[in-house]
Amino acid sequence: MQTLTKRTRLLLSAVGLVIFFGAWEASVQSGLLPSGMVPAPSSLWQAWRDEVHGGFWQQSILDSLSHYCLGLLVGSVLGALLGLLCGMVAVVDGLLEGVVRLLRPVPGLAWVPFAILWFGLNTAGATFVIAISVFWINFYAAYAAVRGVDPEFYELAAAFGHGGFWGRLFKVVLPASAPGLMAGLRTGLGQGWMSVVAAELFGVPGIGARMMQASSLLATDVVVVYMLTMALLYALTDFLFGFVRTYILRWQP
Amino acid sequence: MSDDAVACLDDVGLSHDGGQSFILRNVSLSLQKGEFVALLGPSGVGKSTLLRVFMGLSNPTEGTVTQASESAAGAKAGQREAGKRRAQAMVFQDARLMPWRSVLRNVMFGLEGLALSRQEKHDRAMAALRLVGLEEAADRWPRRLSGGQRQRVGVARALTVDPDLLLMDEPFGALDPITRSSLQDELLKIWQQTHKTVLFVTHDIEEALKLATRIVVLAGAPAGITGELLVGEGQKDPQSPAFKMYATRLRAMIAGEPDPGGAAYWHSAEI
Repeated sequence: MQTLTKRTRLLLSAVGLVIFFGAWEASVQSGLLPSGMVPAPSSLWQAWRDEVHGGFWQQSILDSLSHYCLGLLVGSVLGALLGLLCGMVAVVDGLLEGVVRLLRPVPGLAWVPFAILWFGLNTAGATFVIAISVFWINFYAAYAAVRGVDPEFYELAAAFGHGGFWGRLFKVVLPASAPGLMAGLRTGLGQGWMSVVAAELFGVPGIGARMMQASSLLATDVVVVYMLTMALLYALTDFLFGFVRTYILRWQP
Repeated sequence: MSDDAVACLDDVGLSHDGGQSFILRNVSLSLQKGEFVALLGPSGVGKSTLLRVFMGLSNPTEGTVTQASESAAGAKAGQREAGKRRAQAMVFQDARLMPWRSVLRNVMFGLEGLALSRQEKHDRAMAALRLVGLEEAADRWPRRLSGGQRQRVGVARALTVDPDLLLMDEPFGALDPITRSSLQDELLKIWQQTHKTVLFVTHDIEEALKLATRIVVLAGAPAGITGELLVGEGQKDPQSPAFKMYATRLRAMIAGEPDPGGAAYWHSAEI
């Protein structure tokens, strides 16, 4: 594949978006797609303004953002910690292997009944569902990253007085596996937004809940407004995380 | 262990399968303060393993290892400088710098955990970098360094902990001949300045003769010490007959043949 300059790529991607929305608008206007099933892009502006005017948009974002941030934090930290521990301590790894295999295939959505039962229809319940879906991504990323650490660094650490568990953890494992940990966090960032909808499906207020309300009223334009909102929020969080990642991994070529 | 010894192996044997087969057997070696010992032997014989026994990274299956810091005289000296230095330090063949640390922070690695202030650590690391001529590279990332520079940082990292014993595992083995030769010269200069006790692993006879005051040959399977030579100024010139005779004797020791250079040989060579 030939390489394009950054500018050309940006331009092309903008052109692609214009074509996408243009074709969409044209097929709704021409009646190719029934307007009751698919909202025209031109109607989205008004729908968004109504949502903002009523304060629903802002409130949904704030609610979802709080579920998202909390779930992401809890899931990522716990997942990465357990992954690191399993990667470093063979006994823990062995002990948990069966449990991990048992729980890993259970999708986040399947935990919703328990989330309601244990936490109720509130922030904690939604946070729990998001945390679980992010947990496994970070668990495996951390586990693989620790396993990939060059054992010669452990010898180096031991030679200079950092051969104990904490010395190895802080002087070798954490910095050496930082690229893998960052990759896990970044994947979790996207997965987290996907599970926001699942977490709010059962009625905890937020973007997902608002989407469900709108779809039950057949207000498809409002649904699409929130779909785009979520895409924008993901792009924003990924963009901001890029700075953190670049700073932490500034030693990499 | 004599008073002047920095570290001492007594009848050490090492086995990784609980005594079925040995890598090292009946190795006794005492390192005297201030001497530069080259541990010479064929590749894969167990030189690095022996170094790791000195370093405390491998525990011997048989025999004992004594460090000066554990002896009576050492303990007294140790109290005076409690926690400000380390008994040994190691230079690895592959430099083994941490890519996520700057050059300076790589050098400071061994100082972390010692009873030094932030400023003291910084000053000592900078002094070590100055000694190897890389002061201006302090803030660079290791990936920006050449092979020779990386190895210098490895030497600085070891020197900065002010060890009684400096262990070097074929540190210049992977370098090109020119870099290698200049680093050998620098190491000799540093050794003359610091009077460190050095144990230097190599499989290169010329390198051993150039650097060391004493050469110990490790050969055989399981490996044992098959010969030992003191090197004086007379044997340092590669053009001299004395150098060539020593090289011949060392080759024989490595091959496990009887030493051709007994007293008779010595006189017949008219040195």
